[in-house]
Amino acid sequence: MTGRIPVRLTVNETPYDVTVEPRRLLADVLREDCDLTGTKLGCEHGVCGSCTVLVDGEGVRSCLMFAVQCAGRDIRTVEGLTADGELHAFQEAISAEHGLQCGFCTAGFVMLVVGALQEDPTIAEDPERLDGLLASNLCRCTGYEGIRRAVLRVYGKDGTRQENGTAED
Amino acid sequence: MKPAPFDYTAPAELSDAVTALAERPETARVLAGGQSLVLEMHYRRERPALLVDINNVRELDTITADGDALRVGALARHRAFETPTVAPGALGRLLSRVSPLIAHPPVRARGTMAGSLAWANPVSEWCATAVALDAGIELTGPAGSRLVGAGEFFLGPFRTARQPDEILTSVRLPLLPGAETGTVGVGFCEQHRTHASFAQVAVVAVLTLRDGVIVEARLGLAGAADRPVRAHEAERHLVGREPEPDVFAQAAALAAAGADPLSEPHAGVEYRRHVIGVLVRRALVQAREDSESADFFSGAGRDGHDGWEAR
Repeated sequence: MTGRIPVRLTVNETPYDVTVEPRRLLADVLREDCDLTGTKLGCEHGVCGSCTVLVDGEGVRSCLMFAVQCAGRDIRTVEGLTADGELHAFQEAISAEHGLQCGFCTAGFVMLVVGALQEDPTIAEDPERLDGLLASNLCRCTGYEGIRRAVLRVYGKDGTRQENGTAED
Repeated sequence: MKPAPFDYTAPAELSDAVTALAERPETARVLAGGQSLVLEMHYRRERPALLVDINNVRELDTITADGDALRVGALARHRAFETPTVAPGALGRLLSRVSPLIAHPPVRARGTMAGSLAWANPVSEWCATAVALDAGIELTGPAGSRLVGAGEFFLGPFRTARQPDEILTSVRLPLLPGAETGTVGVGFCEQHRTHASFAQVAVVAVLTLRDGVIVEARLGLAGAADRPVRAHEAERHLVGREPEPDVFAQAAALAAAGADPLSEPHAGVEYRRHVIGVLVRRALVQAREDSESADFFSGAGRDGHDGWEAR
């Protein structure tokens, strides 16, 4: 129990065998042990949401979970959104709608939105629920409007999601 | 990485979790959702020597109607309560009004109702709800399980009747039947500075109406004292009266006058007292409107099953 614990993490369907102290955060292990540096750490207090990843399909703060808690769970990071290195439809939409400037919060927003909208696309139809979702994370560049437009561009009534289907990947 | 080093165990059996906690009760902490505990470990205000992770104890991941109560296991996450079908009738409507105001979606995906009660933040929405409903809180330790009423459970900010060797294993929320006693209406209001901030004040209101008269009133307040409290004087004022604006205003004034809020930089005593009055009135109006719609859809609202059985 004491000291380092061997854990098999499944990240983006790839197994990573790591040996970690229990106190190491999922976010740190993803970045430092798995070399998946797309996930960013901002506040490390669960406030900013830059570190949002999907665990068993749900968006969570990877700074408020320990890596040892994630054995046997399905972890997905921004690197694993598409299989072939292509941009996900929502990433393309964020670019098209000026939904980023410095880009530090972007990976967290992408995981937050893709996780929630894949599970329940009707969030895009309800401005209040969409506000509530986007308020989960902090963006200090865009004022959120570009990010909101990007959500609607993909998941809204006339969104691209139905056309090319890539948002379902 | 900010937390101080600790040992970690994540048993699959509740009995093993109880044993692990009992071996080092003074220095061990129970990890459920971790959305408050892990943050405090970052600050190193919490430095447990051992974390007993209960997330693998499947029997705690349940929400079941058990007789006249909803039994909420220790692993039921906040987000499970976002839809009214989580519980029959008025209880489901109340829980689904409270849940969306707790933090934001990623925190609601991890944090648990039972964990909120064990943590006992004086402005916690679930703590006010538990007190308003007289919830039963099940604590399991080496000597077995015991049930503590929410009214006796909270002792002060972040202090509860839970002993260090006990795990809070379930919360029993009484179902709110209407058919025999009358029509039940529920309301919930809170004041917070920004979207996902902690509440400064939160108010839970439950009214039972019969023949246009209030026969039972429950008001649970967060941010009105050093722990969640009932507004007993206001409740007594409501019973036997009609749900009219002036009655609600008098009850709100009584709740505000009876409050003993803590002062904080963004919510001083006078401000909090004022907000309590405003929110009690609004929550009561909500509860009256809710009872009217429950009455209107009487087939669904009155027998207390709307959507519950179909689930």
